[in-house]
Amino acid sequence: MLAHLPVLQVVLPLMAAPLCWFLNRSKLVWIFALIVSAATCVNSILLLMEVMKSGTIIYELGGWEAPWGIEYRIDKLNAFLLLIISTIGTVVLFAANTSIQKELDEDRHTLFYSLYLLSLTGMFGIVATGDAFNVFVFLEISSLSAYALIALGRDRRALWAAYQYLIMGTIGATFILIGIGMLYQMTGTLNMSDLATRLVDVGHTRTVFAAFAFLIVGICLKLALFPLHLWLPNAYAYAPSIVTAFLAATATKVAVYLLIRFTFTVFGISFSFTTLPLQSILMVLGLVGVFAASITAIYQQNVKHILAYSSIAQVGYMIIGYSINTSTGVMASLLHLFNHALMKGALFLALGAVMYRIGSVQLSQFQGLGRQMPLTMSAIVIGGLSLIGVPLTVGFVSKWYLLIASVEAGMWPVAVLILLGSLLAIVYIWRIVETAYFKPPLPGREAVKEAPWTFLGPIWALVIANIYFGIDTRLSVQVAQAASQSLFGINP
Amino acid sequence: MIAIAIVRSRDLLAVVMLTGIYGLLSASFFVVLDAVDVAFTEASVGAGISGLLMLSAITMTGRKEAPRRHKPFLALFVVLVTGGMLIYGTMDMPYFGAVDAPVHQHVAPRYIHESMQEVGVPNIVTAVLGSYRAFDTLGEVAVIFTAGIGVLSLLSLPRRRKKYQTDEATEEQMHERHMVLRIVSKALIPFILLFALYVQFHGDFGPGGGFQAGVIFAAAIILYTMLFGLDTAKRVFNPALIQILAAVGLLLYACVGVVSMLNGANFLDYNALAEDAVAGQHLGILLIELGVGITVAAVMLSIFFNFEGRRQAQLHNAKQKGEQDVSRTL
Repeated sequence: MLAHLPVLQVVLPLMAAPLCWFLNRSKLVWIFALIVSAATCVNSILLLMEVMKSGTIIYELGGWEAPWGIEYRIDKLNAFLLLIISTIGTVVLFAANTSIQKELDEDRHTLFYSLYLLSLTGMFGIVATGDAFNVFVFLEISSLSAYALIALGRDRRALWAAYQYLIMGTIGATFILIGIGMLYQMTGTLNMSDLATRLVDVGHTRTVFAAFAFLIVGICLKLALFPLHLWLPNAYAYAPSIVTAFLAATATKVAVYLLIRFTFTVFGISFSFTTLPLQSILMVLGLVGVFAASITAIYQQNVKHILAYSSIAQVGYMIIGYSINTSTGVMASLLHLFNHALMKGALFLALGAVMYRIGSVQLSQFQGLGRQMPLTMSAIVIGGLSLIGVPLTVGFVSKWYLLIASVEAGMWPVAVLILLGSLLAIVYIWRIVETAYFKPPLPGREAVKEAPWTFLGPIWALVIANIYFGIDTRLSVQVAQAASQSLFGINP
Repeated sequence: MIAIAIVRSRDLLAVVMLTGIYGLLSASFFVVLDAVDVAFTEASVGAGISGLLMLSAITMTGRKEAPRRHKPFLALFVVLVTGGMLIYGTMDMPYFGAVDAPVHQHVAPRYIHESMQEVGVPNIVTAVLGSYRAFDTLGEVAVIFTAGIGVLSLLSLPRRRKKYQTDEATEEQMHERHMVLRIVSKALIPFILLFALYVQFHGDFGPGGGFQAGVIFAAAIILYTMLFGLDTAKRVFNPALIQILAAVGLLLYACVGVVSMLNGANFLDYNALAEDAVAGQHLGILLIELGVGITVAAVMLSIFFNFEGRRQAQLHNAKQKGEQDVSRTL
C-alpha cells in the first residue's frame, strides 16, 4: 500500500464524499468524515516522512508515463502543504458536529459533510498533482464546494457573499485555464516538469508572456491579494463558523502554493522574475495589503470581519516573503503559511464557540465574556498574541525569519514596514481583548456558559500547537527550509 | 453578433434562446475545426440542457432584467485589458493547422499512432479522456457531483410531505392544453432515450460518451416533466433514488480505479482489469463511461427537479397568500 500513498490522499476523501449519502444520519456521517480525514492526515504524515527520507515520489495515474498520462509528483513542498491541510481539516472537523447543530438545518448536515470532504479532495488534488490541467480540474472541485459551503450560512447575506465569491473565483479560474491553454499551445504538454524544460525554448514569445500574466492574475484572485481581496471578508464573515475556520486556515494557502509552484517550478526563477517586474509589483501590493487590511480591520464591528481582514494582511506577509526571492524569504513565507493556519484555525474555531453560546460575533456582544467563557477567551488572546508575533508563539518565528530575509537581501525599509504592520495587529487584537475582559457583562443577558468540550478540545489543541511550534521550531523550520532550498535548487 | 445581442437584451427569455443559438453556432464552429467530440458536447450542453435549466430558473424569477443603477466602467476597463491581453497573446502563436506546431509534435503523435495498440479504442478522444487522462475525467465527474450537491444544498426545501392538490388540478388543466406537444413528444421521448444509450455505448467508436449521453438522457426526462408535470415524473424517477444514483456513478468510476489498485497496478490502470491488457482497457473505459453517464444524468435531473419543486412550492405559497388576502378583504 505504501506505493499508493500519493493517490490515496486524494481518492480517500473523493470516495468518502458520495458514501456520506448512504449513511444519512448526522452523527454517523460526522464520525465517518472524521475517520476519513484522520486517515488522510496519517497518510500525509507518512508521505512527508517518506519524502524527507528518500526524495521526490512520482506516481503515474493509470500507469501511463508522464507527458502522456497524469502524474502525481510529491516533493517536500507538496508534502508540507498536504500535512497542513489535512491536519487543520481534521482538527476543525472535530468541532463540526456541535457547531452545525445550531447553525444548519438538520437535513443539510449530510450535504455539509459531503461538501467538506469534496473541498478537502479539491485542495489535496491541487497540491499533489504534477499536471497543469489536473490543477484546474481540482481547483474547480475545491472552489465549487467552497461556494456551496459558504452559501450554507444562516445569515441571508451569506448567499450574496457566496455569489460574489463565485463570480470572482470563476474569473480567477478562467484566467488560470486561459494561461494553461496558452502554455499547452506553445509547448504541446501539460505536465509541469515537462513544461519547465520545454518552456526554455519558447520563453521569449508573447504568448508565453500572456500566459504568465493570466496565470499570475488568476492565482492572485484566488489568493485574495490586495486589491483583489474584495470577495474574502464577507465570505468568511457570513459562512458557517466551521467553514470559516476551515477555509481561512487552508484555502488561501493552496493559492500561495500554486503561485510558488507555477513561478518556481514551471516558469523557472529566472523567467518569473525577469520578464515582469513581478518582484517589485508583488512586494508593493503585499506591503500595501498589510497596511490597508490591518487598518480596515481596526474599524470593523464584527469580530469575524476583523479576523478576515487580518487574513488578507497575513497573505500580504506571505507575498512579501515570496517576493524577496531568496531561499530564506520563501522559507519565511512557507513558515508563515504553516503558522497562520494554526493561528487562524484556533481563532476562528474560538469564534465558532462564541457563536454557539451567544449566537453572534458582534464585538459589542463580547462584553464580559472574559469571565464567562475563560477558556475560549484565553484561546483568543493567545491566538491574537501569535498573530501579532509575540515571542514564544509561532507568529514570532515566521516574522523573525521574514525580518532576517529582508535584512539579508538589504531591504531595510521592508523590515521596518513589517514591524509597523505588526503594531497595527496589536490595535485590533486589543479591541477584542478590551471588550471581553474590561467591560462589564451586557445587562439583561443570562450568564453565558463555557463552550462544550468538543469545541475546547480542537481549539486548545491548535493553541498548544501555536505555543509548541513557537518554542520547538525544529519540525516546521526544517521542512520549510528543505522545501524552499529544493525550489532554489540548493542541495542541503 | 449573438453575444452582443445577449448582452444588450433585457428580456431574459430572449437571452436564453439566444444562448441556445450561440451554443449551437459554437458547436458548428467546432465541427468546422474537426473537433467532433467537443462539438457534440457543446451542442448537448450549451444548446440543450443549460437552456432548459435557465428556463426553469426564469419561471421563478420573472422575465425582465432589473434596471441597472450604475454604469460599470471598471468592468468595461477590465474586459478591455483582458481582451487586449488575449490578442497580444495570440500574436506569437503558431498558425492554425501548422504541422510543426508544438501541439502536434510532442504528446499527440503517440496518442494518434499507438492508442489503437495500447488502448484498443478507435476514437482517440475517448482513449485520451478515458484512459491516458482518466484521472482528469474522474475529477470532472467529481466537479459535476459537487455542483449537484451545491445546488441541492441551496435549493432543497425542508422536508414536508404535503400534496398540493389544488395545484395538481390546475397543472392537469394546463397540460390538457398542449395536446399536440404532448403527443409529439410522447412519440419522440423513447427515441431520445434510445439515442442516449447509443451515444453512451458507442463512445468508443464514434463521437460520444458518458457526458453527452447523460445530458441527452436527462434532457428527455426533463422534456417529459415539463409536459406532464413534476408529480407524474417523480412517480417514475424517485428523487431520493436519483440522488443515490449520482453518488453511485462517481463511486463506480472510483471503484474501477480501486480495483486496478487491488490488482497490483496503479490507480485507474485498466491493464490490470483483465488477463489481456486491451480487453482490460475496454472493460475499464466501458465501466467509467457508464459511471460518468449515470452521475451526469442523475445530477442534471436532481437539479431540475429541485428547481421545479421550488417553483411549485412558490406557486402554492403565492396562491395561499392570495387566498388569505382575498378572505381578509372580504
